[in-house]
Amino acid sequence: MSDQNVHSQRLSWQRLRALTVKETRQLLRDKSNLMVGLFLPVVLILVFGYGLSFDIKNAPVAIVSQDNSPTARDVISGFYLSPYFTVTQLRSMEEAQRLMRAGKVEAIVYLQSDFSRRLAASNATIQVLVNGVDANRARVLESFAQGAIAQWSNKRAVAGASQAAAPPVRLETRLWFNEANTSTHFLVPGLIVLIMTLNGALLTSLVMAREWERGTLESLFVTPINTGELIASKLIPYFGVGLVGLAMCLLAGKFLFFVPIRGSLILIVLISMLYLLVSLSLGLLISAATKNQFLASQIALITSFLPALMLSGFIFDLRSVPAIVRAISTVLPPTYYVEALQTLFLAGNVPGLLIKDTAVLIAASIVLFVLIRINTRKQLA
Amino acid sequence: MNAAGDFIVRGDNLTKRFERPKLEPIMALDHVSFGARHGALTALVGPDGAGKTTLLRLAAGLMRADEGTLTVLGLDAAEQPQAIQSRISYMPQRFGLYEDLSVQENLDLYADLHGVSPEQRAERYPRLMEMTALAPFLNRLAGKLSGGMKQKLGLACTLVRSPDLLLLDEPTVGVDPLSRRELWDIVSGLVENEGLSVVVSTSYMDEAERSAHVVVLHEGHVLASGTPKELMAQANGHSFLAMSRRATPARKLQADLIDRAEVIDAVPHGGQVRTVFRDREPLSLQDVTFEPTPPALEDSLMMLLRHETGEHAAASAALNLSKNASQEHSEVVIEVHDLVRKFGDFTAVNRTSFGVRRGEVFGLLGPNGAGKTTTFRMLCGLLPATSGTLKVAGADLRRARAEARQNIGYVAQKFSLYGDISVLENLQFFAGAYGLRNARAVERIEWALENFELKERTSSTAGSLPGGFQRRLAMAAALLHEPAIVFLDEPTSGADPLARREFWRRIGSLADHGTTIVVTTHFMEEAEYCDRIMIQDAGTMLAIGTPEEVRRQAGSADEPAHSMEDAFIRIVEQARERAQRQEHAA
Repeated sequence: MSDQNVHSQRLSWQRLRALTVKETRQLLRDKSNLMVGLFLPVVLILVFGYGLSFDIKNAPVAIVSQDNSPTARDVISGFYLSPYFTVTQLRSMEEAQRLMRAGKVEAIVYLQSDFSRRLAASNATIQVLVNGVDANRARVLESFAQGAIAQWSNKRAVAGASQAAAPPVRLETRLWFNEANTSTHFLVPGLIVLIMTLNGALLTSLVMAREWERGTLESLFVTPINTGELIASKLIPYFGVGLVGLAMCLLAGKFLFFVPIRGSLILIVLISMLYLLVSLSLGLLISAATKNQFLASQIALITSFLPALMLSGFIFDLRSVPAIVRAISTVLPPTYYVEALQTLFLAGNVPGLLIKDTAVLIAASIVLFVLIRINTRKQLA
Repeated sequence: MNAAGDFIVRGDNLTKRFERPKLEPIMALDHVSFGARHGALTALVGPDGAGKTTLLRLAAGLMRADEGTLTVLGLDAAEQPQAIQSRISYMPQRFGLYEDLSVQENLDLYADLHGVSPEQRAERYPRLMEMTALAPFLNRLAGKLSGGMKQKLGLACTLVRSPDLLLLDEPTVGVDPLSRRELWDIVSGLVENEGLSVVVSTSYMDEAERSAHVVVLHEGHVLASGTPKELMAQANGHSFLAMSRRATPARKLQADLIDRAEVIDAVPHGGQVRTVFRDREPLSLQDVTFEPTPPALEDSLMMLLRHETGEHAAASAALNLSKNASQEHSEVVIEVHDLVRKFGDFTAVNRTSFGVRRGEVFGLLGPNGAGKTTTFRMLCGLLPATSGTLKVAGADLRRARAEARQNIGYVAQKFSLYGDISVLENLQFFAGAYGLRNARAVERIEWALENFELKERTSSTAGSLPGGFQRRLAMAAALLHEPAIVFLDEPTSGADPLARREFWRRIGSLADHGTTIVVTTHFMEEAEYCDRIMIQDAGTMLAIGTPEEVRRQAGSADEPAHSMEDAFIRIVEQARERAQRQEHAA
């Protein structure tokens, strides 16, 4: 008898296997699990890949020019030629402002009546007003406007070289890493984060709570199992589901959206597995602490899925959010995973950054493991 | 061998408190000392909230006592729970079967967890199958088994290896008499043949009578403990069988007796009324004879409880009703003809016909899966019939369901009120739902609070009430609109003896005032409270009539059926044998 006692304190492969097989069977038999685990990623890939796009094309722009000189017309024609803008030419600033307020135009380009005269004196200004409600979009529009003006300026410099007149402005803007500025290129890495979070936290948030609700734990506790086996058996099958989701995202990224992978694919997979562990642990912790499926899924949504969507830098650039939001995002694991993935996909292997991100994710998973152990005791009250 | 001597479980001064926000903590166990012997069956009995489940959970190492010591298998339960859990088997009240796993998969899981070797399995599984008769269902999902089969599978899972101690928490709640008998045969077989030590909690006194030692708990205290014989001795000379010389139905005689201060307990039994008197002398009543009878364990339990509580719960339970008691009682209010209900190609209810008269208490009895609940739901208009006619309170349920519902009160088996709002708010909601307004609503809610003794709990949330109060609230809500017919689905399942007597006293007074009652129950002795009963199995009606008539149908000349439980088991077994013979012939 006593060897049985000692035996139960140590991890037993037989028990772990039995529990894992049980968990896998439950996972496969519950259709709602498979919907969330496998069907939802497909939907997300298609929605985010095809439906959601931050690309700017044909943005409505008002141009108010009080200067009728050929030079001014030249500047304006640059906007007409740009594929990014649809131009409306107006007489007065009041009218332009009215259209901006009504949301009919997103930017105003203003040339004063003395534009060409001042240009000759090399202190001309072109005023560009951008609707800043959406900061990201505003920044992109601003740079496109600058681009249009710069193009004109360069052309003029080349043409005016013979006149030996120095160009008044020299602008040079280039987008690095995502030259075409195609939003799917940074959406796909973000999508992987989203799906890893969804598979991890949302699915596992239900598993422990379900056992509490159905009273199955009470019977399970009075067996030789230890909590380590119980926790591991819950993580293993869902880890598998997460990997399937990851594979689907990578394949979709490569063959549907042609996202470049500039870094190492192995590193992408490894850091994804690490993040998956973090997110599975978060779900399991919520599940163990709440003991209630409904509450657990709500908390999982709020604490994992929404931050991964909103605060990780996936959709909203963290450089343009208020300081407090940025502070919150620095303690959230998805932020580091997004950073690592976007770097690996679009920039390549950047050792310093990747080491930092990996270290943060490892630390997060250790903290979560400890919390799960504390919250999973073989006790009812 | 150790300090615990020949006790396999021994508790000394055990105290367990459950803290409640803003309220006094509940004392689930208050300095409880008890012992359970090696190789014997020990029963924990007592009403709801006595502390039975808490005691078993402490012994299983699932909770720690606040004070006192508990030794299980010679080990301290607080210090070495894992060592205990590795050697015992425990079946909680709601056994945690994985409903999405098959019977075989559930068994294998527990065998793996206990490290049972393949050789041991080859020896053990066939015996478990023989005991539980689950062999034909090995590939069926546990969730698709009937209640009785689930309990048997739960027991089988705890017996995949030979435990040193088996703890069973109310293993037969919600289980029909046939399955109950089978479960007990398994347990007593293990105790007698293998010397297994078992501690079981139960609210069935006949189960407790089979044990070697009984511990009576009440509100966290031990009221008494000893062998069933020792306990029964207290009631010696107090028990009598009452019979009316004027053929008054047992139910009415029982209601009359239980309201009297001299009477501790009265229950209808085999056409007579088993009565326990405060003194060793029976009352002298006109037209009623009292025959002395040997005491049963339930008699002494009731004596102990009445002595402890000092009140006469059932007497105050008679409802204060305004309706005229002398209504015509011959009118048929429920008429069922050739009722059939199919689910796919499975026939749940097969060509059933019966009628119920006004003011009658009509009982539907049958094993798990007999078609009781299906019949019941069709009567309440919750489920359409496949074919046949169904008239309730004059309305054809196949056409005018809404109309019929106005006259119906329904108490579901599961607690189906709103747990997060208060008692008063629940009643207000149901008054509104039944279309009661203003003064009428106020008056009816007042009546409900008064008659169901809920006045002191009006502002508690319904979910926080103890089980007995929840059942009372559910019944009060169903009676707000003074329905002509009340349907109750397993209203006493899991209720303790005190609560059950209160319940039947209320039912009796409702029927006396012209309300028709249709009720399902697993407690066969409760069928004696009914004017007429119907027994169903496998969707087919097997017997219908007064309890007396049904008992007579079941018995033969040389072997009369003494109790309703006997009668029930015989009728169902005979029908199953007939069906098997027909199958063989075909």
